[in-house]
Amino acid sequence: MARIFRDIAIGILAIAVLAAVPHLTPSKAFQDFVIRCSSMALFATSLNLLVGYTGLSSFGHGLFFGLGTYSFALLMQRTGISLPMAFIATLLINAVTAVAVGAICIRLRLIYFAFVTLAMQMLMHSVIISWVGLTGGDQGLQGGIPRRVVAGIDLGDQYNLYIFAAVVLVIGLLIMRHIVNTSFGTSLRMIRDNEARASFLGIVVWRVKLTVFVLSAVFASVGGVVMSLFVSGAYPELINWPISGDAIFAIVMGGVGSFLGPTVGTMILLLLNDVVTRQTEYYGLALGIIILAFALGLRRGLLDFITERLGGRPAGGIS
Amino acid sequence: MDLDALLGCVTSSSCLVTQTTSGLIVGMLLFMVAAGLTLIFGVLKIVNFAHGTFYMLGAYIAYSAFMFTGSYFLGVLAGGLGMAIFGVIFERVLISRVYGANVLMQLLICYAVVLICDDLVKIVWGPDFYAMGMPPAFQVPPLFIAGGVVPPFYIMLILVALAIGGGLSLLLGLTKIGKIIRAAAHNPNMVSALGINTTLLYSLVFAVGGMLAGLAGGLAAPVRSLTPGMGFSILIESFIVTVIGGMGSIGGALIAAVVLGLIRSFGTIGFPLFTEGLMYIAMIIILVFKPSGLFGKEIV
Repeated sequence: MARIFRDIAIGILAIAVLAAVPHLTPSKAFQDFVIRCSSMALFATSLNLLVGYTGLSSFGHGLFFGLGTYSFALLMQRTGISLPMAFIATLLINAVTAVAVGAICIRLRLIYFAFVTLAMQMLMHSVIISWVGLTGGDQGLQGGIPRRVVAGIDLGDQYNLYIFAAVVLVIGLLIMRHIVNTSFGTSLRMIRDNEARASFLGIVVWRVKLTVFVLSAVFASVGGVVMSLFVSGAYPELINWPISGDAIFAIVMGGVGSFLGPTVGTMILLLLNDVVTRQTEYYGLALGIIILAFALGLRRGLLDFITERLGGRPAGGIS
Repeated sequence: MDLDALLGCVTSSSCLVTQTTSGLIVGMLLFMVAAGLTLIFGVLKIVNFAHGTFYMLGAYIAYSAFMFTGSYFLGVLAGGLGMAIFGVIFERVLISRVYGANVLMQLLICYAVVLICDDLVKIVWGPDFYAMGMPPAFQVPPLFIAGGVVPPFYIMLILVALAIGGGLSLLLGLTKIGKIIRAAAHNPNMVSALGINTTLLYSLVFAVGGMLAGLAGGLAAPVRSLTPGMGFSILIESFIVTVIGGMGSIGGALIAAVVLGLIRSFGTIGFPLFTEGLMYIAMIIILVFKPSGLFGKEIV
């Protein structure tokens, strides 16, 4: 119990610090950075529920991030419901989709699981590209998002959206943190470490896998909603394969063995992105060399590396 | 969706022939890339996400060698040999460090190589599209088969790819080195204990895989435009091929590649915007009914 209160206290502290920063510096770039970070960190952490905690390497998790952006933006544009209602409806749409997709995918093992999840994502991408009437095709869903008001607060204002993103991130992380600390979280880790043993001990493996698949899809779509508010719409790039790639790099670079690893990895990835694109047009060359240095030098994510160096338990890195 | 056009094409012999041959050349190029991919996976249990980059570099090297020597044959050879060497370096310097590591770590390293090579191609050859054009030897009038136009280059490409596929099967099935490779796919420790240098063997497998991708790149150069990033779409498609065929099965890769090539060429007529979607649907359906691909149980 004490752990929950400690986590909540840290969360409130983080929000308070973030809320204070804009009063010290007027940097809009910083607020943009935090909003993007919040969206991607939720997405990456949700993927880590599958990869780090359950040992399911999904290559197509961007399906739910992208579906989150599209369903939220479409609900706001096409129906008259309020923002919180659209938010909840988006989570439901993703949960239902995840049940269908997960039922097919979790039967497959390892690399086949990885590729069939990627195929599912690319299938959805193809549907969105070809259903021009509904989604705007490869132009994306334009026209902005109307009625962006939550409890009387206008999210059209950047500072408000910034606070909203920070609060959503902290609440999302707290819930996921709680999930992995319950007995359900223990089942996940047992399936990762020894699926047969988990099964012998009475865990219904497929049910646990499907549940975590749906949960992670829901949290990924929360990241999608934040992104949709940030870009005022939805675009095919947000459901294309590199978005899944970004989440994978974030969790591998940050560390799959630490709960905050994916969040740290997201910050590293976005910082690299911003800094390197400003310095050189050869973004890929620079990023590639940095990734190689990470992968071959540390051989695990940054946070896992630090945890081990500080003499703590081995964080269970993936290499 | 344009089912009338598709029906019209299937009932017209000229359209049928044209689309089938163009589907076959797509399939053959895919097969050559996927065969290397599936061989590397079968023996080393490594998913080489940088395989599309081998194909791209092979095409660029073939282009430059063709421009330099004027001989298309030497160009393709240079692409193949260049990528065989590149494959060995790639395996020794990078991949050998992550044997047995999680697939995500392998993915990360390969992705870094993809990013670096795409930018290196931009630096060396420039960011623009290149069109190699048909080599002089093939600038002859096309054949007409049942009213359909078939360029001789297409026939050559299909025959060469089939010959390479057949040669690979013979190499694996009948020779001593093929026997060792198949044994290593089953149990590398035992092969190593019998005094065979598995380190050398792994490099050899990467050399063969790289060579196949490089040759495919060289063969594709006259019929595809060269651009940095051309490796990616073929990578995704050849993954679909290896997964449908069953990872590690070369025969499965051939069948899956031909099917996928035909889906592509007829799909562009019937479902112009949804051609890729058709391929993903095919993959999902096959994996639902056969979770390890069509020929997944065979090893190599």
